[in-house]
Amino acid sequence: MGMTMTQKILARSAGLDRVEAGQLIEGKLDLVLGNDITTPVAITEFKKAGLSAVFDRDKIAIVLDHSTPCKDIKSAQLCAACREFAKEHAVTHFYDVGRMGIEHALLPEKGLAAPGEVIIGADSHTCTYGALGAFSTGVGSTDMAAGMATGLAWFKVPSAVKVNLTGRLGQYVGGKDVILHLIGMIGVDGALYQSLEFVGDGVASLEMDDRFTICNMAIEAGAKNGVFPVDDRTVAYLKGRVSREWQAFEADPDAEYTREITIDLSALRPTVAFPHLPSNTKTVDEAAGKPIQQVVIGSCTNGRLKDLREAAAVLKGRKVADGVRCIVIPATQQIYLDAMAEGLVADFIQAGAVVSTPTCGPCLGGHMGVLSDNEWAISTTNRNFVGRMGPTSSMIILAGPAVAAASAVTGVVTDPAAL
Amino acid sequence: MKIYKYGDNVDTDVIIPARYLNNPDEKSLAAHCMEDIDAGFASTVEAGDIVVGGSNFGCGSSREHAPLAIKASGVKCVIAKSFARIFYRNAINIGFPILECPEAVDGIDPGNSVSVDFQSGAIVNETTGQTFQAAPFPEFVNGIIENGGLLNSLKARGVAK
Repeated sequence: MGMTMTQKILARSAGLDRVEAGQLIEGKLDLVLGNDITTPVAITEFKKAGLSAVFDRDKIAIVLDHSTPCKDIKSAQLCAACREFAKEHAVTHFYDVGRMGIEHALLPEKGLAAPGEVIIGADSHTCTYGALGAFSTGVGSTDMAAGMATGLAWFKVPSAVKVNLTGRLGQYVGGKDVILHLIGMIGVDGALYQSLEFVGDGVASLEMDDRFTICNMAIEAGAKNGVFPVDDRTVAYLKGRVSREWQAFEADPDAEYTREITIDLSALRPTVAFPHLPSNTKTVDEAAGKPIQQVVIGSCTNGRLKDLREAAAVLKGRKVADGVRCIVIPATQQIYLDAMAEGLVADFIQAGAVVSTPTCGPCLGGHMGVLSDNEWAISTTNRNFVGRMGPTSSMIILAGPAVAAASAVTGVVTDPAAL
Repeated sequence: MKIYKYGDNVDTDVIIPARYLNNPDEKSLAAHCMEDIDAGFASTVEAGDIVVGGSNFGCGSSREHAPLAIKASGVKCVIAKSFARIFYRNAINIGFPILECPEAVDGIDPGNSVSVDFQSGAIVNETTGQTFQAAPFPEFVNGIIENGGLLNSLKARGVAK
């Protein structure tokens, strides 16, 4: 029996010829990531265990993105602890305000993720880098501490769900609609402990930003990781970003999957998820007309340049509706600069939206867009759990950037094609 | 001891809302544990109580603050039909016992008295007399729990210095 793409990457990292689903292995890490919420807990554990050195200062990334620019004194103290640790251990990839971006947009942009690499991050959306053919997965702070000290992590080798993509996405349909549709099909634990491996002739048409969005929300189906094969688009993305050697892996023809699913991209409609689970999906046609008070366009899921272009195409020359706040957050400083150069930032501001420095802020109800009682938001973020963006009575609808922008214009959930 | 029983998909945002993550002190986390799903939890929970959940317990964020908050509340263990994978490894890594056993979840109600043997994975509902068997941990994982967490176990193996 052959191996899946994920199993091959994990076998390499464990120095084994082959692995099988369920096997416990210890893998060598190519990168260990943390942010301003999870790193301080890792630092505490690192010190408590009496550890003195990091395994490789070039293979640790610390990104201050969640509560930054700091929202309160306690957050500032957590950031200070990260800063001090990064300095003490001369961490190469330390990103502070002014240089940072939302971690899962920033790391690929900086060339810190490459095909075949094994990456753990103390942030659940670390699964994003599977878009580049890497194995990357979210872990906790103790794993981060152990990874920083040893360069190793334990893994249970996952089985996999094969997702065969066919056809081509239509207008106003993007990566977010693909992943929401899939989660709606299989549920929030539909791929629990498993890999989501995306293959098929539909892959080639998907831009890298769509692939990042799809892998980013693999965790919302319970998956350990999501992964795409490496193709010309991947190689073009890596050019100028990654100079070290990397290795692309493909699943064996006789690899075993627990389930195979086919999604015809050309048949997908813009898709949204109603409270309080990402699996509670509806097409925009079914959801249209629901009033909203806030729109968030950004996050590690949908804060990349393609997302901003899609939102700006809808908002340009139009106005955000009275009674609606529209918050746009480019995910990195580079994306912000590119959006300015293309005139997108002007389009947003002229429409009556605000444009913020990169931050995770509103996605987790931290700052820069917290909701009030009984308010509804439509958001390009990734979770619509109870109380995620505000009080327990506040509600979140998840959507892609085009639908979010169209809804900002009308004040109700809107199909951009209907404007 | 008391049982706190919840449904499916108890996520890390309700176990410990993000607004409290700016203070990772264990006592502070425990003070707000389960606040958005069960406002009375933090004020009534006592050492030795057990949390029972449905499927996909601990889904969502990677925040280790979630199992830390439950552990610091004095909860002895969590029994669930299934766990989200990051919560699962976080609990193991901090040495907090969790048991996967769908039959036990269906067979335990609030108000029951329950005892657990972590070595064997046996769960006994002393009120009804029913016994349930959770899948035991692999040896590697037991080594982590017995050493009191991942970092101690890596040190015991001489891997971390």
